Amino acid sequence: MSAHTQPSGSSGNGLVKWIDSRLPVFTYLQKEYGEFPAPRNFNYWWNFGAILTFMLVLMIFTGIFLAMQYTPHVDLAFDSVERIMRDVNYGWLLRYMHANGATFFFIAVYIHIFRGLYYGSYKNPRELLWIFGVVILVLMMATAFMGYVLPWGQLSLWGATVITNLFSAIPLVGDAVVTWLWGGFVVDNPTLNRFFSLHFLLPFVIFGVVVLHVIALHVTGSNNPLGIDPKGPQDTIPFHPYYTAKDSFGLAIWVTLFAAVVFFAPNFFGEPENYLKANPLVTPAEIVPEWYFLPFFAILRSVDFNVWFIDAKLGGVIAMFGSILLLFVVPWLDRSKVRSARFRPIYKWFFWILILDCFLLGFVGAHSPADQVFDGVEGLLFIDLGHVGTAWYFIHFLVLLPVLGMVEKPKPLPTSIAEPVLGGGQAATGAAAKPMEKA
Amino acid sequence: MTDHASGPDEQPESRRDFLYLTAGLFTGAGAALALWPFIHSMNPSADVLALSTTEVDISPVEVGQSITVIWQKKPVFIRRRTAEEIEVAEQEPLADLPDPESDADRVIKPEWLVVVGVCTHLGCIPLGQKPSEVRGEWDGWFCPCHGSHYDTSGRIRKGPAPTNLPVPKYEFVDDTTLLIG
Repeated sequence: MSAHTQPSGSSGNGLVKWIDSRLPVFTYLQKEYGEFPAPRNFNYWWNFGAILTFMLVLMIFTGIFLAMQYTPHVDLAFDSVERIMRDVNYGWLLRYMHANGATFFFIAVYIHIFRGLYYGSYKNPRELLWIFGVVILVLMMATAFMGYVLPWGQLSLWGATVITNLFSAIPLVGDAVVTWLWGGFVVDNPTLNRFFSLHFLLPFVIFGVVVLHVIALHVTGSNNPLGIDPKGPQDTIPFHPYYTAKDSFGLAIWVTLFAAVVFFAPNFFGEPENYLKANPLVTPAEIVPEWYFLPFFAILRSVDFNVWFIDAKLGGVIAMFGSILLLFVVPWLDRSKVRSARFRPIYKWFFWILILDCFLLGFVGAHSPADQVFDGVEGLLFIDLGHVGTAWYFIHFLVLLPVLGMVEKPKPLPTSIAEPVLGGGQAATGAAAKPMEKA
Repeated sequence: MTDHASGPDEQPESRRDFLYLTAGLFTGAGAALALWPFIHSMNPSADVLALSTTEVDISPVEVGQSITVIWQKKPVFIRRRTAEEIEVAEQEPLADLPDPESDADRVIKPEWLVVVGVCTHLGCIPLGQKPSEVRGEWDGWFCPCHGSHYDTSGRIRKGPAPTNLPVPKYEFVDDTTLLIG
């Protein structure tokens, strides 16, 4: 035990030293995960980095074992998934963990992103850290989309058809691009085969970008709920044992929630339609994407009008991809120097309105645009809500963020992290930076 | 804190040591248990285990002929032995055999020899089912991979294979039907 809390990697037994002097992995781990000085005031929203790491490893692990049983062929894929559910030992558990793992992965990543938006974690000097994060989000979306195609149910096929057809909106080369994506003239066996290949590859690419994300994090250090920089050792505590313990606790609660869904409501987030085998001649009455794509789906469908030479189809595609790509430039759209929304009285409100807006878009995405929002109330259709929600999403990022930075008067920032935590400013620094002692 | 220090040099066992140990053991045991579904998923699944029996119609097999059938995806040799073959197999002194087993223990009806056709050395399929194939020095089967010779009772006589060709569990449902497995 004591090896973990000593201040350098030179401790440990002979083998550890022998390896460490040749490849300093233990020194590295000790430096980056042992004594790594983290702001002392993390709240539980800072658990999600650890939770996401766990989810990625769980997805890769369950995925590798599922791939041992899965057959990527249009005639065999659906039945091979049913075989996993019925015949493979614990196959149901592997599949339910993988399917619901995607859901929990996205819940965690959205919380992680909104945490960053609330506390200004994307601002100088963490812009590149944020950009790596958005790259991970885009890769996750591509991976999740292709994974959903693999069981080859009705929504797998028709979801794949609709999403790949988005690219047909590209002027001039659109149709050629779509044919190239499909490897044919419809979504078929070549499509399924390449999606399986890429679905296996991308998680490892994500893993690589996560490594870059973490390296960048360890260069700048973590942001914190106050959004001010640590000014000295009195403002930080060693990552281990303080945050390893806090992360473990948060992770334990998270895994409990995950297990509750996997064991008691494994199909809660799924669509019954996808338990029907893909039929290339019959489109389901309603094609709904997985819940984590609903807000973007709503944005896609809300652009139902032409803008100059851009027709509605291309406009919707631009809006949908734009709503994600927009995140790349958030560090430069937000002109405010103050990171944490705690000290931004106006931005704070607009942050929560953005959250509501995303839920609204999700709600709109789950319904047919032409349906009435309230039974018996004439006039208000889901498409109307979609227009408002989509407009607000872009107004928030493109108008409010730059303008607020100029007009908002932030509250005074505390002089140090230690001050509000300990109440007494610099004085109470006694045990602050020391690793935990044996008690 | 409990102080059970028995000597001045020894670190006292603290409450924290206890917490470390129990938390570590609990986590380790939990992780080990969580691994089991992953490991077990690689074992034969229910649909594979369902292939455990095979029914064979043996009425077309003439004396001296052999047929090969599939049981659990493995070849099973069924040979309708001639009178000489049975006699040779029965007369063989057990002391001469690397894996001593009497012919009577390996058959239900002496005319029908049923063995799993997988060499007990490294899993190749021995030759000798067709008249044109090499049968080895004991007129049973010969494994081309590493030169193991089996006799007319499927017993190992010469070569690297350690044991006789195994006899699967089987029974005669009636005079012309064999149920393997």
